[in-house]
Amino acid sequence: MKMSLKYYYDLLSQPSRALHIIFRLSGLQFEECPVALRNGEHLTDEFKQNINRFQRVPCINDNGYKLAESVAILRYLSAKGKVPEHLYPKYFVDQARVDEFLEWQHITLRVTCAMYFRTIWLDPLLTGRSPSASKIETLRLHMERTLDIVEEVWLAQSEFLTGPTLTVADVFAACEIEQTRMADYDVRIKYPKIRAWLKRVRAACNPHYDVAHQFVYKISGTGPQAKL
Amino acid sequence: MSSIFKFYYDLMSQPSRALWISFKLGKTPFKDCPVALRKREQLTDEYKQINRFQKVPALVDGDFHLSESIAILRYLSDKGQFSEKLYPKNIKERARVDEFLEWQHLSVRMSCGYYFMQAWLLPINRLAPKPSAENIDKMIKNVESNLSLIERLWLDNDFLTGQQLTVADLFGATEIEQLKLCQYKVNEKKFPKVFKWLQRVRQESNPYFDEAHSFISVKSKQAALAKL
Repeated sequence: MKMSLKYYYDLLSQPSRALHIIFRLSGLQFEECPVALRNGEHLTDEFKQNINRFQRVPCINDNGYKLAESVAILRYLSAKGKVPEHLYPKYFVDQARVDEFLEWQHITLRVTCAMYFRTIWLDPLLTGRSPSASKIETLRLHMERTLDIVEEVWLAQSEFLTGPTLTVADVFAACEIEQTRMADYDVRIKYPKIRAWLKRVRAACNPHYDVAHQFVYKISGTGPQAKL
Repeated sequence: MSSIFKFYYDLMSQPSRALWISFKLGKTPFKDCPVALRKREQLTDEYKQINRFQKVPALVDGDFHLSESIAILRYLSDKGQFSEKLYPKNIKERARVDEFLEWQHLSVRMSCGYYFMQAWLLPINRLAPKPSAENIDKMIKNVESNLSLIERLWLDNDFLTGQQLTVADLFGATEIEQLKLCQYKVNEKKFPKVFKWLQRVRQESNPYFDEAHSFISVKSKQAALAKL
């Protein structure tokens, strides 16, 4: 029987990693469709016409229904009963707590971590030019302003971001923060709560967490236990 | 018994306006709790008890506190207190709306919000000098690259996700509308579909659309006159 859910992703994309871990944790059956962003595979006309009009990953094709945006994909599959309740609660009050984080992270954690990663790791690779020290400093300040909120507000009273157990919110956040290793940032130095929480997230997600982060570990030259 | 929740908002905030218009249009009753951002009421300790992130919009329903506009509308929808027309229950239709709501954060919202803040909000409050012409050009370019994505990828139909107005349209349009304060108007020749869509959204959601934007209209006219 042919599998009906196709998942297009690149493990070098943060939301791709988050969904990959969530799908594996959910025991979801899907066809793996890796897309090599570094080769521009997402920029072809074929990709635009047949896979995702936004020319980005991650995206899915569920029996002909095409959908982009990681959080939208997660909600769609949850509504279809494919994501277990402990990862994305069905009870609306608990779900709202997870949604609150998923909506909050876009222009806070996601933007600042991604900008830091891109400017310090990706852009020099593509252009051969390194950012100035003051530019790096500004980006670090912006990123740390949101990391402060994760440390002091989201992790104020609980083991995980939205309560005592792991949810998709933790997976999205951890994937974002892990990526900054590639730009030689070590979040563990200033943030003891984030440090302990990252360990809990990894333990709760493994072996899938390490599989999804294999390139992050390799490129940064750091495993989860390594000192940066 | 369905409770009437408290809605904390300021019509100067784009997601506040999007929700306010949705509530009025969809006949969602709420207890009106305006928060004057210009007086920095969101930064008081008292308000921190309402929303730990000290932003608007926010909801308090009994003892449940929730922030993030999209999380709020999803919560109310699950409680049966949000128009099904504006946020569909059908899984695939809802996913289409979610796709836009998730997409807009880092595209439309980021670019329009940044332009609005740098070119109007900060200078008018004397928190920053007016940006240079060169910087303004950059910001406009960024806004227009996103308008062009809406033009090409989201407007095959009358509205963003189909033939009916949904919250996706309200989130998109309120973001673009506030650029009037920067004396920016969507060019009909450059973006014919976006131009007509904005008119349709206004028509479909009036009188509430105009009511929500009355302050913006007045201020943008004053700013235009001041220049003459």
